[in-house]
Amino acid sequence: MASLSFSSAVSSSTPFLRPSAFLLRPRSTRLPLVRAKIREIFMPALSSTMTEGKIVSWVKSEGDVLSKGEAVVVVESDKADMDVETFYDGILAAIVVNEGETAPVGAAIGILAETEGEIAEAKAKAAAQSSSAPAAPPPEVEKPAPVAPKAEAPAPVAAASPATPGKVVATPFAKKLAKQHKVDISELVGTGPFGRVTPEDVEKAAGITPAPKANVVVAAAPAALAASPPKAPASYPDIPGSKIVPFTTMQAAVSRNMLESLAVPTFRVGYPIATDALDALYKKVKSKGVTMTALLAKAAAMALVQHPVVNATCKDGKSFTYNSNVNIAVAVAMDDGLITPVLQDADKLDLYLLSKKWKELVEKARAKQLQPQEYNSGTFTLSNLGMFGVDRFDAILPPGQGAIMAVGASKPTVVADKEGFFTVKNQMLVNVTADHRIIYGADLAAFLQTFTKIVQNPESLTM
Amino acid sequence: MHASISPLSTSNPPHSTLQPYSSSRLCGLRREAFGFHSPSQFRNRGIGVVSAKTHSWRRSVFSASNSASDNGTSAPASFDYDLVIIGAGVGGHGAALHAVEKGLKTAIIEGDVMGGTCVNRGCVPSKALLAVSGRMRELQDEHHLKALGLQVAAAGYDRQAVADHANNLASRIRGNLTNSLTALGVDILTGFGTIVGPQKVKYGKIGSSDNVVTAKDIIIATGSIPFVPRGIEVDGKTVITSDHALKLEFVPDWIAIVGSGYIGLEFSDVYTALGSEVTFIEAMDQLMPGFDPEIGKLAQRVLINPRRIDYHTGVFATKITPAKDGKPVIIELIDAKTKEPKDTLEVDAALIATGRAPFTTGLGLENINVETQRGFVPVDERMRVIDADGNLIPHLYCIGDANGKLMLAHTASAQGISVVEQLTGNDHVLNHLSIPAACFTHPEISMVGLTEPQAREKAENEGFEISIAKTSFKANTKALAENEGEGLAKLIYRPDNGEILGVHIFGMHAADLIHEASNAIALGTRVQDIKFAVHAHPTLSEVLDELYKSTKVNSHNTKPVSEPVTV
Repeated sequence: MASLSFSSAVSSSTPFLRPSAFLLRPRSTRLPLVRAKIREIFMPALSSTMTEGKIVSWVKSEGDVLSKGEAVVVVESDKADMDVETFYDGILAAIVVNEGETAPVGAAIGILAETEGEIAEAKAKAAAQSSSAPAAPPPEVEKPAPVAPKAEAPAPVAAASPATPGKVVATPFAKKLAKQHKVDISELVGTGPFGRVTPEDVEKAAGITPAPKANVVVAAAPAALAASPPKAPASYPDIPGSKIVPFTTMQAAVSRNMLESLAVPTFRVGYPIATDALDALYKKVKSKGVTMTALLAKAAAMALVQHPVVNATCKDGKSFTYNSNVNIAVAVAMDDGLITPVLQDADKLDLYLLSKKWKELVEKARAKQLQPQEYNSGTFTLSNLGMFGVDRFDAILPPGQGAIMAVGASKPTVVADKEGFFTVKNQMLVNVTADHRIIYGADLAAFLQTFTKIVQNPESLTM
Repeated sequence: MHASISPLSTSNPPHSTLQPYSSSRLCGLRREAFGFHSPSQFRNRGIGVVSAKTHSWRRSVFSASNSASDNGTSAPASFDYDLVIIGAGVGGHGAALHAVEKGLKTAIIEGDVMGGTCVNRGCVPSKALLAVSGRMRELQDEHHLKALGLQVAAAGYDRQAVADHANNLASRIRGNLTNSLTALGVDILTGFGTIVGPQKVKYGKIGSSDNVVTAKDIIIATGSIPFVPRGIEVDGKTVITSDHALKLEFVPDWIAIVGSGYIGLEFSDVYTALGSEVTFIEAMDQLMPGFDPEIGKLAQRVLINPRRIDYHTGVFATKITPAKDGKPVIIELIDAKTKEPKDTLEVDAALIATGRAPFTTGLGLENINVETQRGFVPVDERMRVIDADGNLIPHLYCIGDANGKLMLAHTASAQGISVVEQLTGNDHVLNHLSIPAACFTHPEISMVGLTEPQAREKAENEGFEISIAKTSFKANTKALAENEGEGLAKLIYRPDNGEILGVHIFGMHAADLIHEASNAIALGTRVQDIKFAVHAHPTLSEVLDELYKSTKVNSHNTKPVSEPVTV
């Protein structure tokens, strides 16, 4: 990490007479008259093969006073990082090329002013040079050469920061972001604890969508932050005003599982089931804390015992894995996703225990305290959207299971019996998605028949 | 039993017995420390048919040295022990193991938990937390992962599980350390030790009756405790020291760390990886004042600037009030030079990492006319304790943090071994300039010997030239394969004779890389010789190879290197 010195060109204070950025010698004619100077800081050539350099970091910030020989900026060449120092005393008026950006050798990367009075002018020059120029140009643009010192030039430094009562407290990262996005922290109202300005406050002020906190910890990668706004997937057009919210851990897991499910050849079988008897039973046992979910889970578990292939898993595409336990996973919608708590040994537990167990699981799920075996040990999944009035739907098979049952709403339906008599019965549509590598149409049909028998004669559920 | 014999015969090959233990000793020591069996353990149990020959040989050595220590001095048989060590930290442990190796009857007095600061409240649990922070950083560095072609879902952590990992590691190492002592026959005496007179120590729990033991020699190894400057109120919850922080009872949103030395830096690495924002408060004008300035500068660019850290330098925290009554932690800062009030900070927690203070109160030093200096026990270069009149006290030594020479766990152990060498008839002076130091941030920092300014000063005073060789991790294939090109290694040496004065490394696995350099310094190896040593390719160790190879030693000058250690 050797130290190099950058060369700078000097222009007289005539505004907008842009000096040749590629001149490596001071350009000022040595007038006896002491004239203020604005110098450009160039990207130095740190090796014979270097054509462009990346700004690793600015050692100094805008407004800092520099003295000759001091390191100002760190530049990464093709070989190493080097500190670049200044040949001149002055004030770092403006940074043209920001940290992390690259510039060709010889391009201006910063502007050095000799006195405070010239800072504004230097900034104007910087704004003219900076290709991106996101902020509005400084107010002085239209004015002629600066003679009187500008009133508002280095404003933020002196800006109101009285003692404790009115003091603006900002967290370290908030300050960093403010500097990066040129947000004046003293004008922000902090929403953090004790009224402190948080990184989110700064991002809001800068018009950036704050990255939501991951479920336990904030993803701290600074590189990601710098890159987040323009980083939308290239294949989709950007719709103005859209905002990007990264997945939480849970959402990412769902996304991953859903993609994985595409590798499994599935098929679906639907079945209408009359539920009058089940509804009647439910009415009876509801007061004892039994839920419809528990009833359906118990019914499914009992049917699965008779059809073990539907409770099986195809792990490697070559064999059946018959599960010894019947563990019914039940999908539960969460505020920010979906989780499937598992009723283990649903065939063995009685309805009341099952209901109690279910209540506990749901509470734990909402508090995000489920242990892994409480949500990933399922051998069959039940998804019920009936309570929302959905009459039929189609579920995606979760990886690692053989089948999933989608249950629609039970509603009065006109049915004709064998003799041709019409009656109105409550009926629900269930739709099972299964892995056809191990479960065939006839298997599912048989399973559904059994399930239907149990639901339509639900007394066995209470035994 | 038979199975346990086989490692014995391999670990103690016959030829090693022909040497005076110098080569096998250290290996044996390390094996003990990590809970493996060593030959001496079997000796004590009286087993081992296969190796009976080597054992009887060894036993004769021990009995010889025992008789020498029992009968050869003025007061034979009247001592309970050959050596009593006060304090069972890493220093006391290292000394005890070596003492047993050398045949001394040894006891160790510990009033607190076995293992001392390093094992329970320092190096060991902090490494567990840093292991977590390193992985969190890797998983959160999307840019880095992407460059490697990896995709990882958002990383999260369970605070209690992280804390448990640190705690479990500490208890495991503590168990290993205790077992290694008892297995070797070191008596562990429980209670706080106090010197009551020459060669006499009493120990016992506060409130219970005291026991007095006599020992031919005594080593003080009582270590240190976190230093808390005046005006700072430590409540153990929101204003904490490293003792509390290592328990990781909570992860504050914003924590101020007072002091930017090793401890402060390592904790900043942990806390920022776990999502906290950090404010450093440093009394010196520069962060990381103890490091080589060039390394410090680069480290700041990598470890501080891009992270959620800001800092105040050149300030003292004169008053720190814990969070209470709905108020945050309040820190009052004054200018370190003008003493004018400078700023007031409001944060969620403050970690006091302003160094460590010797733990020497209650040792009874007044009974033998020793005055501590700022709490440190004054010693000479052989760790012999010096009394208030400037005279050496016979049979009394002080090692480790309590003497303050170089407050590192491995220094204490090395000093302990050095003392035992002296006790058993080999004069030995430890070369502190050959002791490496490491800071386990991500990436790590390590160093041995002098910093560049120190070397320049020494060169000026003694009238020699120095040269500097440097290399970037960007030039190392393995580092680039890991996508960890950020790093620098520098070597400070004498171009006239090739003596290595200092080596500083900042980069991936720096703490493991430094030993090649520290061993070279300890053994007096010169750069012109070590540059011919071969390094496997591609490895990070080639960073050092690169350094050695880029040195230029004046070939006409063959002046030998100043003898580094042996006296």
